[in-house]
Amino acid sequence: MSIRLTVNGQTRELDVDPDMPLLWALRDHLALTGTKFGCGMSLCGACTVHIDGQPTRSCITPVAAASGRQITTIEGLSTPAARAVQAAWVSLDVPQCGYCQSGQIMSAAALLASKPHPTDADIDGAMAGNICRCATYARIRDAIHQAADALAATPE
Amino acid sequence: MDFRDIEDPAALVRGTPQELSRRQFVKLTALAGSGLTLGLALSGCSRPSGTAPLSSATGEASASDAFAMPFVHIAPDGTVTVLSKHLEAGQGVWTGLPAIVAEELDASWSQMRVASAPAEVPAYGNLAFDPKGRMQGTGGSTSVANSWMQLRRAGATARAMLVQAAAARWGVPASEVTVSEGVISHSSSQRKASFGELASDAAQLPVPADVTLKDPARFTLIGKGHLPRLDSRDKSSGRERYAIDVMLPGMMTAVVMRPPRFGGKVASFDASPAKAVPGVVDVVQIPRGVAVVGRDLWSAKKGREALKVTWDESAAEKRGTTELLAYYRQLAAGKDALTGSQRGDADAALARAHKVIRADFEFPYLAHAPMEPLTAVCRLSPDHCEIWAGCQFQTVDQMNAAKMTGLNPHQVTINTLAAGGSFGRRANFESDYISEVAAIAKATGGRYPVRLIWTREDDITGGRYRPLNLHRIEAGIDGGGKVAYRQRVVGQSIMAGSPLAGKGVDPTAVEGNAADEYDLENVSITWSKPQVGIPVLWWRSVGHTHMAFSKEVIIDELAQEAGEDPVAFRLRLLGKHPRHSAVLQLVAEKAGWNQPFARGKGRGRGVAVHESFGSVVAQVAEVTVSGDDIRVDRVVCAVDCGIAVTPDVVVAQMQSGIGYGLSAALWGEITLTGGRVDQSNFDRYRVMRINEMPKIVEVHILPSASSPSGVGEPGTPPIAPAVANAVRMATGVRFRRLPFDLAAARKEQKA
Repeated sequence: MSIRLTVNGQTRELDVDPDMPLLWALRDHLALTGTKFGCGMSLCGACTVHIDGQPTRSCITPVAAASGRQITTIEGLSTPAARAVQAAWVSLDVPQCGYCQSGQIMSAAALLASKPHPTDADIDGAMAGNICRCATYARIRDAIHQAADALAATPE
Repeated sequence: MDFRDIEDPAALVRGTPQELSRRQFVKLTALAGSGLTLGLALSGCSRPSGTAPLSSATGEASASDAFAMPFVHIAPDGTVTVLSKHLEAGQGVWTGLPAIVAEELDASWSQMRVASAPAEVPAYGNLAFDPKGRMQGTGGSTSVANSWMQLRRAGATARAMLVQAAAARWGVPASEVTVSEGVISHSSSQRKASFGELASDAAQLPVPADVTLKDPARFTLIGKGHLPRLDSRDKSSGRERYAIDVMLPGMMTAVVMRPPRFGGKVASFDASPAKAVPGVVDVVQIPRGVAVVGRDLWSAKKGREALKVTWDESAAEKRGTTELLAYYRQLAAGKDALTGSQRGDADAALARAHKVIRADFEFPYLAHAPMEPLTAVCRLSPDHCEIWAGCQFQTVDQMNAAKMTGLNPHQVTINTLAAGGSFGRRANFESDYISEVAAIAKATGGRYPVRLIWTREDDITGGRYRPLNLHRIEAGIDGGGKVAYRQRVVGQSIMAGSPLAGKGVDPTAVEGNAADEYDLENVSITWSKPQVGIPVLWWRSVGHTHMAFSKEVIIDELAQEAGEDPVAFRLRLLGKHPRHSAVLQLVAEKAGWNQPFARGKGRGRGVAVHESFGSVVAQVAEVTVSGDDIRVDRVVCAVDCGIAVTPDVVVAQMQSGIGYGLSAALWGEITLTGGRVDQSNFDRYRVMRINEMPKIVEVHILPSASSPSGVGEPGTPPIAPAVANAVRMATGVRFRRLPFDLAAARKEQKA
């Protein structure tokens, strides 16, 4: 069945099972491998993408449900908030194995888009769905605060 | 040139993996002219300029315009690429190893790059595993330690050749040529050159037999502040390529149905329902089960759901955790044990002790659960097998892939990619997932490249766990404050069946015991090896994961029995262990141990110290207990790891080891019922999340002039006992079983 997907501003037609999770459509059919598979059950957040700006676990989202909506993956991040998050991630050397970090960054970018000055409790709330087995959590927290500060210091 | 730089990564969107354009395919295969080059191109943060071939391990500089030695490659554009013989699985070797070379080379950090070395011994062998370098592999926190002198020499050699090339070109004495931050200079003639400008000249020179290494007092990079990781950019942009991201033209994806109980085998199977699933292309039997191959993961997974396999479980392990622990208790009570460590007469000393603590400690099986589930890609032709994976034991993986495909090891190319975590899981002597993908490629006749993905359920239920362990301990203290200690350890051997297996005690089963770590006069550590069919493996810090726990909890309880301060008590028993003492004193100072601690409201504070992999780590944990919930508020950590090559990575590894150890202490357990694993995903195999991580984790590195020692694992062992000791201070409850269950422990203590 043909499914029309709009990913990172580009519209593509895919011939896939409509029940296929968006994750596998992105990875196996669009070669957008920045979005990761971690658990397949919405437990770890490695597969987080934005759908119409909302952080969404692509491993349990049927590709058909994402059709007609704006999907953003790590490859397509471009907002000032997202760029500030990525810059903070690099400057604090957050990643270790790095595998979960696309999902972490997608969740963090969505958090800053809705809450420019998150508290530690806000960060816990927004990021608790993203597992990092390397336990880079302290640096993730610091990087989100650093990105928020950088955004606040940047004139619109 | 880089796989990803062929075109913008998004360019691959133009074709599904099966439909790569002819143009892209030609470019890919041109790059793949040597397996090495493609390996480099795919290996994450490698960006060697141009496609000049790297001479791999011949020890000779290549005749091209680039300078290429086994570990150091200098391109005409001045970038220096260090070939990492070790797997980057998060522990930071892609930064630490280049730092060693950059230091001796006097390079600028900004010109440093890193790439995975090919699988080739002895050139890239791990010198800690075998001084002759016959096995390439990563483990035992040895990467920086075993590379230290090797890479210093490699950097110094390259520097000497660049200096010689400059001297020859400028007609000046080599002794007058200096190098600083990537610039080669001759001050009196005011000449300067970059590494790139002199690379081809240097490449023509003979390799000097002997070079002078820098005086560590002149180090400018090693041990100095924060050297940015070379992989942070790619890992913060989705650009890092793990095995699961490899896309080859025509590639198919496989999943394997494995027996529900360890030791089961395929009796028969009906492939037809699986083959009826759209997208499934093959269903084949392999040694460990039945593989379903599809055009994408989804179809392969649906195919596996439809597959019907009948298992032969005649040789399968059918016991559950309860039965196994009962069996372990029998072994602990029996006389059939091997001596691990012994000094003096523990039995006699225990008989005259004033106070004796008797305890059985139980440690569950633990899954490693790296975030990237095990994945490997194989492309097979009649005379060549190429593997892409986060290989941790390259030499072993090469041999196993050869065995599975009927080739010779030299016909197997290994492309080591960044691994999405490992914690020991990817290093095993059967190369489980790599053997599987090679077997699938063989069974499907090499008609297409194949990628094997383990789902999370495959990973959690797939075995190779940290072994279940029972420790039976009797420890006493006499009127003079002397400690007697007897410990019977019952746990499976990790080494059994491997080429490293010895005849006596498996050293990994009893490592880091009280005899090794304290000055005890009367101590006995014995080990009994149960016969169990559950596959086990090293799990971040291996035997230290359980040995450190019981030791540090018992020592703490003895301090309490003796009415002594836990730090002072330990220091008294560490007279012959100056590094332990120094680390313990540092952590006590930084944690404010000697200042009054505000108890009450469930607050507690505990300490532990432990040596593993050549490094000593001490941690102080502060907890708040509310009801039966334990919250770890603060951890102060001190580490002596010799020279800290990249201190920021050391800090990160201590934080990581603490988080990993806390996951296991608070929630981690794999249990079995009737031989079947009860957990299958992160819902029941719970791990640490950001809201549960201690808000404060401070790391203090002891200054040292000694050679570097381990960093990836030593942060893990002390955290669980430090927390247990803190909870005991807060509540009086003693933990005898992991993971911590405060309600159950209270109940048991009352009974």
